[in-house]
Amino acid sequence: MNHRALKRKDLFWLALVVLLALMPAVSAVATNTFLMHVLILILLFSAMAQTWNIIGGYGGQTSFGHSVFFGIGAYGAGMAVVTYGLSPWPGIGIGMVAAAAVAVLISYPCFKLSGHYFAIATFAIVEIFHRMFLVWYWVGGALGLDYPVVEQGLKNFMWYDTKTGYYYGALALFVLVFGIVRFLESHRFGYYLRAVREGQETAESLGVNSQAIKLTAMALSAALAAMCGAFFGQYNLRVDPSMVMSLDMSMKFVLVTILGGAGTLAGPLLGAAVLIPLQEYTRALWGGLGGGVDLIVFGVLIIIIVIKQPAGISGMVRDIAKHIERRRAAAKGGTSIDAP
Amino acid sequence: METLLQVLLDGMLNGMLYALVAVGLCLIWGVMDVINFAHGEYLMIAMYVSYWLGFLLKVDPLISLIAGGIFIFILGAMTYWLIIRYTIGKPPLSALLATFGLAMLLKNLCLNQFSPNFRILSGTWLGDKTFQLGFLIVPVPQLVTAIVALVIVGLIYGMTKSTRFGWAVQATALDKEAAELMGINTERIYFLIFGIGGATVGIAGGLMPTYLAVHPEVGTMFSLIAFVCVAMGGFGSIPGALVAALLIGIVEALSGFYIAPVFKYVAVFGLYLALVFLRPKGIFGW
Repeated sequence: MNHRALKRKDLFWLALVVLLALMPAVSAVATNTFLMHVLILILLFSAMAQTWNIIGGYGGQTSFGHSVFFGIGAYGAGMAVVTYGLSPWPGIGIGMVAAAAVAVLISYPCFKLSGHYFAIATFAIVEIFHRMFLVWYWVGGALGLDYPVVEQGLKNFMWYDTKTGYYYGALALFVLVFGIVRFLESHRFGYYLRAVREGQETAESLGVNSQAIKLTAMALSAALAAMCGAFFGQYNLRVDPSMVMSLDMSMKFVLVTILGGAGTLAGPLLGAAVLIPLQEYTRALWGGLGGGVDLIVFGVLIIIIVIKQPAGISGMVRDIAKHIERRRAAAKGGTSIDAP
Repeated sequence: METLLQVLLDGMLNGMLYALVAVGLCLIWGVMDVINFAHGEYLMIAMYVSYWLGFLLKVDPLISLIAGGIFIFILGAMTYWLIIRYTIGKPPLSALLATFGLAMLLKNLCLNQFSPNFRILSGTWLGDKTFQLGFLIVPVPQLVTAIVALVIVGLIYGMTKSTRFGWAVQATALDKEAAELMGINTERIYFLIFGIGGATVGIAGGLMPTYLAVHPEVGTMFSLIAFVCVAMGGFGSIPGALVAALLIGIVEALSGFYIAPVFKYVAVFGLYLALVFLRPKGIFGW
């Protein structure tokens, strides 16, 4: 990998962030509440998928348990506001720490399992947490937590008249998570993590403590997922077990990343940028028809994308880029770069 | 004491049902190393087939279980032909994600067509019949399901162990390329295995509307329980899945009765985790 290409890639990301930051200044965007909603969800879900990507993509451990961490974060913020009448910020911090601790506790035995056994163990963990939270009265049980109306602003992380505040919140989350992953990608820890994915025994023979690396990655991923969960709770003004701690939520982490392209920095963003508008617009178009048409279409699309492009949308983009380059080379009359 | 035995009996009967649901998944997993996420949705569709046959044509579930089996055989084989075929040799999660999409499609198709209402057949031959065995009360529909389950699981096990087709299946499961070199059409094996795996769950679904209400979400929990059965039993081991299913049924019944009904799945999944931490490849795994 040469140094200049890396810099050019970073410039692209910076330009994207600046562009996104300027979005609400365009009044046509800012006044279109539905478009703002879709943009916020794209940013949130790409951040969520990126947290999964740390352990699932770079680390190669396909966890279906991320909704547990997501839920703990949502409950942290929700309990601070609803149960104790505080600002959500201390709750977010506690939620992140708690999620990381839970992640280490449950991953320590789970990492002994391999392949499908690991995946099914994480399914079981989600189901256990979901059912426990349904009957745990201290956290609101099956009724969940309904946010009260409090003063809007950054202190309470709540806005009512426009979505601009949430938009910048989501953008900050996006920049933070992508920044961390970008940093890891080019530093020692990221290389260790990928080495463990490619061959645990080989990595260990070269002196990498694979268990410690995987646990650290899982804790980091869980803490960031908890932060996303807190945002999700603040945005929906409601937290309940089926919403934040279900298997469906876990599947969203996995789907967005895999469909975008696991183990790449851009994958989660591409996945969210395609799936979230699809989900929201099919819901808006057909959700009112009485039952499931939007999800039927969504299901069919998932099947088609998985079958047609297993490397995800980033693989598709790579193919197209290669194609264009080849054509350009052919047009110049130079030798084609059809290297295998 | 009498209560305990009654609870154990109920748990075992339920466990046999889980075994019948899980055996198809076990077969598919063992041979193709694919987790079929739509397995519970197959069950749900077979239940609808049986329900509508019973409701509109007054066919008893004891007969329409054949229709359920055939219908899901076709559905399973089609799933292989249209979806799974393209995911073989690709990243291990592709098949799981594709079948998740399929599960979503089937569930919402049924929601759209049949509404989310709970439906149960009344006035069937087995109906709510029970009989007394000493001090135990034995529900007839569950007992018939358990017997059917035992027969089907036995047949499937016998088929893989002592027929030419079964040997070909085992060879394919062990080493696909070597099996191809020996002249086995592995593509056909996969196709049939998916169909047979579907048919077993179709038979289960065909029997169930007598005593369990059908609704579009009914399959989700059965999917999870079937995954846990198969993983607990060990990679593709049919006796393992049977033992695990019985164990799950008993634990579910005991914890539901003696602790609280809400904790029964917590206990089941907790048991799975405890077992799999002790034996990472399941009870009969290697």
